[in-house]
Amino acid sequence: MASPNPNAYDPAAAAAAEGTAVSTRTRTTADIVNAGLKGRYRAEKRFRMYGVIAIAAALMMVTTLFVSIVSKGYTAFAITSISLPVTVERDLVANAEGEITDRSIAFANYAAPLRAALEAQFPEVESRSERRALYEILSDGASFQLQRMIEENPDLIGREFTMTSPVSSDFDVLNKGQIDLTVPENMRRVSDAQAGWFEALQERGLIETTFNTNLFTNGDSRQPELAGIWGAVVGSFYTLMVTLLLSFPIGVAAAVYLEEFAPKNKWTDLIEVNINNLAAVPSIVFGLLGLAVFLQVFGLPRSAPVVGGLVLTLMTLPTIIIASRAALKSVPPSIREAALGVGASKLQMITHHVLPLAMPGMLTGTIIGMAQALGETAPLLMIGMVAFVVDIPGGPMDPATVLPVQIYLWADSPERAFVAKTSAAIMVLLAFLVFMNAAAVLLRKKFERRW
Amino acid sequence: MNTQAPAAAQSAPQADAQQPPAPQETAGAPLLGPGETPKIASRDVHVHYGEKHAIKGVNLDIKENEVTAFIGPSGCGKSTFLRCLNRMNDTIDIARVTGRITLDGQDVYDKRVDVVQLRARVGMVFQKPNPFPKSIFENVAYGPRIHGIARGKDEIEDIVMSSLDRAGLLNEVKDYLDQPGTGLSGGQQQRLCIARAIAVSPEVILMDEPCSALDPIATAKIEELIDELRENYTIVIVTHSMQQAARVSQRTAFFHLGNLVECGDTEQIFTNPQHRLTQGYITGRFG
Ligand SMILES: Nc1ncnc2c1ncn2[C@@H]1O[C@H](COP(=O)(O)OP(=O)(O)OP(=O)(O)O)[C@@H](O)[C@H]1O
Ligand SMILES: [Mg+2]
Repeated sequence: MASPNPNAYDPAAAAAAEGTAVSTRTRTTADIVNAGLKGRYRAEKRFRMYGVIAIAAALMMVTTLFVSIVSKGYTAFAITSISLPVTVERDLVANAEGEITDRSIAFANYAAPLRAALEAQFPEVESRSERRALYEILSDGASFQLQRMIEENPDLIGREFTMTSPVSSDFDVLNKGQIDLTVPENMRRVSDAQAGWFEALQERGLIETTFNTNLFTNGDSRQPELAGIWGAVVGSFYTLMVTLLLSFPIGVAAAVYLEEFAPKNKWTDLIEVNINNLAAVPSIVFGLLGLAVFLQVFGLPRSAPVVGGLVLTLMTLPTIIIASRAALKSVPPSIREAALGVGASKLQMITHHVLPLAMPGMLTGTIIGMAQALGETAPLLMIGMVAFVVDIPGGPMDPATVLPVQIYLWADSPERAFVAKTSAAIMVLLAFLVFMNAAAVLLRKKFERRW
Repeated sequence: MNTQAPAAAQSAPQADAQQPPAPQETAGAPLLGPGETPKIASRDVHVHYGEKHAIKGVNLDIKENEVTAFIGPSGCGKSTFLRCLNRMNDTIDIARVTGRITLDGQDVYDKRVDVVQLRARVGMVFQKPNPFPKSIFENVAYGPRIHGIARGKDEIEDIVMSSLDRAGLLNEVKDYLDQPGTGLSGGQQQRLCIARAIAVSPEVILMDEPCSALDPIATAKIEELIDELRENYTIVIVTHSMQQAARVSQRTAFFHLGNLVECGDTEQIFTNPQHRLTQGYITGRFG
């Protein structure tokens, strides 16, 4: 009320300009505001600083997490293999009559030619115990690999060919420099002699490091060099499929009913409260429920993705229902009125207009629920999905494990090489989660409509 | 929840007669003479929103092929009453409608009346243009399609084109029929909504402040359109603009605090209001 330019308002100047006409009230207000201003700005500054500190701390923790996982796990993506000239003699694979049949091929001793090939590299190794130590360089999987090669290509019998197979995990770890050879010999898993042979093999160019395809194509194994996550990935896939097929339709239908059709009374209030509570129930409780109901009452198989899917459905349903209801609520009433106004029935209004608009929100909720389910371990332990499963599951009724449980199993294994595998599996799981969350964001962006 | 509401609606007008604020006598001529049959007739209509008594016993006849304007200060219940006519209030949980509203002599709150059919006969245009987030074509085609009014592509296309034409929009959009209706300007969107409403060939069109979000040019277009539509439709329009009511309507009803204070020919209402509230409102507006 004093100066025409409020930004340049100076109570003293205004007072001088207008003489004593300036009311004392105006002056005191401005003074009080001025006095408090510094404090206000300080508070704002402090608050902003807290915010920056919080974000920095969070970023640091995330970085630490990623650095530690990646630094531990990246070596698991490489595998050390040995290439040896191998000859599978005809005698070895022939049966008593001297014929080669499928059966005789299947029952031959394939370790022998491999060992012979290795011995040929070191003619000086003679004693039995030394030879046994030498054989340890080879992976147990090598003889199976040789058998498969012969089965697929019987022409190889009697000829010399080069076979590349993984070395056993101790030497893989040695090759990756993770074994300290200065430690006293009896305190480590690789003896000086073994290390010497291995070095000799390296010098002869027989050892190479390649990308570890086993990690992505094999199931679990006691041998770290053979163990892979594919079994767990397939198990997770079946489990999530069952979860998705059950929880999406049920969740959406429940949300539509509750939001659009259910009368508003104390029963629906009760249901709503309970759905919200269910979202907060510890997941292991759902596992116990699954054990008690699906396994014991319905007699479904243990360790099966179906049961895992059912349990995870129970767990994700509240999330999906809550997200879907929020999505339905956010559809503007004007669209509903427009549909009703031209004479659409309630169901037509919902299916033609409300659901399409709510779908992105529902899908986002579903994907977030699925991501939760993908990372879930506890309830699956309860229903036996923690078993050691070597075979790749062929369907949702086969015994299987899932990625997070596989991580848990590997983290529990004593072998040195499983440390890196654990971190590698975590990286894969995180990659899936990031992918799913990105899909959620993209879906929302794609289907988002303005109205 | 909503569809049950009409069950509560009573045909007996006496039911609410002993409500504390006794319905006020309406000045002018809210009811038609004995020789004329109204398109829509309401008798002693009360609306409650929970405890709130929003419409207090309205008796009003709406004539066929005329534009009837509802005017009155904000919050007086114009929209509420308008929404009773096609039972749009059914969608509000707490709304309770009593009294009797007839369309061609048939009680619209009767149990045998289907809201879907009623709303196909009584279309509505809302205050804020609310096209579906679909293409312009789909917006107009939606009504005929769900009602099965048109069979086959050609027939639907005919209806869409003629509706857009009658709504005065065809020339502006005929090359963009597959573009989203939400991408049009406000005035175009409102005309699209009108096209959508007339596409189902209703008998009555209810318009709740259809021009309140529009500029004077778009408003003029819509007013012109309303004047043309009058030939074939019965139109009820809520407006805050006295000039608009005077320009487009033949009859005007003035509401105040849930009461229908005065109703009569538009000319008479604006030149010679009988009730002092009407007079105050009209003159207040014009200064
Ligand atoms: N959904 C609702 N729930 C509760 N009360 C409502 C609801 N809609 C309207 N009312 C009340 O009913 C009364 C009449 O409202 P209405 O919307 O009919 O007024 P109006 O005359 O259309 O006003 P305006 O000119 O501002 O649009 C108001 O007092 C309002 O508070
Ligand atoms: Mg209104």
